[in-house]
Amino acid sequence: MNKNAKLPETEEGSVLFNVEPIIVKHHYEIDYLHSYAQDSPFFAGLTKGTLLGSRCTGCGYTYATPRGHCMECGTRTEWHPLPLEGRVHTYTTCHFGGEAFLKETPFTLVLVEFDGVDTLFLSRLVGAEPEEVAVGMPVRARFRRNCTFKPTDVYFVPA
Amino acid sequence: MRPVYMITGGITKFAKAHPEMDFRLMVKEAFDYALNDLPGLTRDMIDGSVCSYFSDHFTRQLKAGAMVQDYLGLCPKPSRRIEGGGATGGLCFQAAWEAVASGRMEVCLAMGFETMSRVNTWKGNEFIALASDTNFDYPVGGFYTGYYAMMVRRHMFEFGTTVEQMAKVAVKNHRNALHNPYAQSPAELTIADVRSSPMVATPLTIRDCCQMSDGAAVAVLASEEAAARLGGQAVRITGVGSGTDAMRMADRPHGGVILLPHESSVDYTGLKYPGVHSFRAGRMAAKLAYEMAGIGNPREELDFVELHDAYTSSEIQTCEDLGLCRYGEGGSFIDGGHSFLPNIDYGLSFPAFSPTARNHIPVNPSGGLLACGHPVGATGLMQAVFAFWQLQETIAKHLGDSTLQIPDARRGLIHSHAGTGTYITVSILERV
Ligand SMILES: [Zn+2]
Repeated sequence: MNKNAKLPETEEGSVLFNVEPIIVKHHYEIDYLHSYAQDSPFFAGLTKGTLLGSRCTGCGYTYATPRGHCMECGTRTEWHPLPLEGRVHTYTTCHFGGEAFLKETPFTLVLVEFDGVDTLFLSRLVGAEPEEVAVGMPVRARFRRNCTFKPTDVYFVPA
Repeated sequence: MRPVYMITGGITKFAKAHPEMDFRLMVKEAFDYALNDLPGLTRDMIDGSVCSYFSDHFTRQLKAGAMVQDYLGLCPKPSRRIEGGGATGGLCFQAAWEAVASGRMEVCLAMGFETMSRVNTWKGNEFIALASDTNFDYPVGGFYTGYYAMMVRRHMFEFGTTVEQMAKVAVKNHRNALHNPYAQSPAELTIADVRSSPMVATPLTIRDCCQMSDGAAVAVLASEEAAARLGGQAVRITGVGSGTDAMRMADRPHGGVILLPHESSVDYTGLKYPGVHSFRAGRMAAKLAYEMAGIGNPREELDFVELHDAYTSSEIQTCEDLGLCRYGEGGSFIDGGHSFLPNIDYGLSFPAFSPTARNHIPVNPSGGLLACGHPVGATGLMQAVFAFWQLQETIAKHLGDSTLQIPDARRGLIHSHAGTGTYITVSILERV
């Protein structure tokens, strides 16, 4: 037993913003080892310049954004290459955003519709001024040369 | 299932930041308000609780609900957390309803909070956007205002809705809130003010969007027998409904409209539904709640609505989902003045409108999320508290101002909404 035991002192301190009440800065950061799991072939496809949707092997429903099982009937889907040209279903230009994307503002988001495909695909549109974008506008997919294995490896430009 | 009543409620002021209170103390403040307002009710009569809060990131505290439970002195009674994005509060209200309706509890406390001020606004937007698909949606530029902007852009395309109609929602809700001391951002706005505010995501300006808030709210629900025993002026919950839709907007189908009793399929020939312009989950929730409450024509049979107007556009869309007007008529509905309070000067004119009980249905008399703020886990319960006070006709007592009191309000609707319409609840409250 040591009655004079001490915790070691540190010079860590705290960043203090206020004292009544006390407001201190806490830093919080984390790395995830995220698996795309059954969606992986979509991201692999982007590296080869292909856009893979899903087609239900049961009811034939087609998805522009892939999913392993059909939302309509629950059957397994198969990979279904999408056309690389589509149309703007709706759009917006973001002048603000989440912190991670603030430095990229303004950027234009579009939901793309494809002939013969039942659902839409969310992407960025580049190469058009905000006021040039319209519902129904034809757009074409382009792919990044240096892949990041994110859905932004594909983006759209005016067709 | 047995009848369920709301017997008391309380809220804190919603504010940009409450650094002097943590989440436990905020809930305690709302809880004490509710207890003080119903002298017959004491802490020991509460059989358990359900606790709603949205994001663990905002508080940087897991299992925060357990800390609220012990702070209120409710241990070792049962409690659990309810979470469902923006609809967290509405889901919590219905979870408390279930606890009482099933007979599991006689008196159940629904309590909710959010502390959103502990991170900056843009980090907060990032946290909220994590409630979208993190494989396919978030990395593209995850930002909820962007998602809603795309939804209303399509609504404008399908139905001719205008930015001025959206701005009128902001004018209405901010002016209503001038009479609500609990509101975070009451303001006397004009359409020009809304349109000239900083653009966030075209066509939505910052005045088209609700703000982040700190705040808490509680609602106490009880069985008929307990409500009678505890006294006060209980309000009966006559209908609950909820619905869901695909997390990703891109996955929404383009099928047929889910019809309400007063509608017919010929109203919607050629309309592909819900697409990204409408909230199928809201329609489902409304349909179920109306069926339970026996409502055939909501516009005629409801006296007011408190709905989840996180954006001006979503109020227009939601009025359609709830059947207050037909799909596509949300814009003309706001132009017509039907959802405004007749005793407030909004600086707008509604030439063709003379309010009658049948065509008049105030929407968000409290000021809604746009003006009250949106401390996520508290929001749906805040709506319940305002609806409760309306039906008790105690608005003047609680707000210190009778302007927002809807005379002889007998039946109200509250609507809570998550994501881009992924979880939505509708509950009907009635005076007894
Ligand atoms: Zn299928």
